[in-house]
Amino acid sequence: MKVPFDKLDKAFENRVRLQIMSVLAVNDRYDFNSLKDLLDVTDGNLASHLKGLEKEEYILTIKSFIGRKPNTNYEATEKGKKAFKAHLDVLEALIKNQKSI
Amino acid sequence: MEENKIQQDLSSIRNMMERSSKFISLSGLSGILAGVYALIGAGVAYYLTGRPTPAGLVEGILSIIQNIKYLIEIGFIVLVASIATGFILTYRKAKRKGQSIWGKASRALLFNMSIPILAGGALVIILLYQGGNLGLLLPTTLIFYGLALVNASNFTFTDVKYLGICEIILGLIGACIPGYGLILWAIGFGLLHIIYGSVMYLKYDRESTI
Repeated sequence: MKVPFDKLDKAFENRVRLQIMSVLAVNDRYDFNSLKDLLDVTDGNLASHLKGLEKEEYILTIKSFIGRKPNTNYEATEKGKKAFKAHLDVLEALIKNQKSI
Repeated sequence: MEENKIQQDLSSIRNMMERSSKFISLSGLSGILAGVYALIGAGVAYYLTGRPTPAGLVEGILSIIQNIKYLIEIGFIVLVASIATGFILTYRKAKRKGQSIWGKASRALLFNMSIPILAGGALVIILLYQGGNLGLLLPTTLIFYGLALVNASNFTFTDVKYLGICEIILGLIGACIPGYGLILWAIGFGLLHIIYGSVMYLKYDRESTI
């Protein structure tokens, strides 16, 4: 069987993006600061990856205020969840493939 | 992309899913200590209220009613000591594991735990004021504590759920056989915590210190 490398989603090639999607797959919503603490990345780095995922329409940005402080939350879209699941399926197939060799 | 990268990707996915939604820094050792405090507390209470034997069932209940003030004080001291120990040990473990003690997961854990605890606490106060069936006091604390654990278990180790179910069962047994409330309370808060804490310590704490 041919290994379906090309089926891996390019959007998830980066580790940080993959981690963001993992978090949003099991949590309805996650806010920017909690994500930053969890992934242990800088503001700029996280923001650019979030923007990348938003461009793919894999996540939604929800801006609100707590008192006067801006609070930005993120949610996975249906498209994003589907893409993430497909990516996991390919990873699984790749591993099975390697084991059978 | 070779096998190594795939393995790393998968383990980081798993890690993120777990750490983002579960507070996995609860200390097993604090469970053992909480159990020890509860056993000491129950021992003191037992000494104060006298031996509730089947023959002395009525006397047993009467002595509990007479000594209710001591029982509440003992319960309160045990509670405060357990929470303080749990907080300190969990804080240390969270620091070691690099997990925030006041993150999204720990807040969800506390929120979900506090609803049944507050409801149970309110019910205990109502029972005390009505002065009705005081034999139900100790079983009530066990049942609501068990409900709190089951409710909170979604946000931490799944093992907590089984501890909660055991506490609920013990509470219900205690409600059926009044006069034995103290013994069941000692089993529930003392023995079960020691067993649970030991299991958690062997299962999770030890591997993380290696």
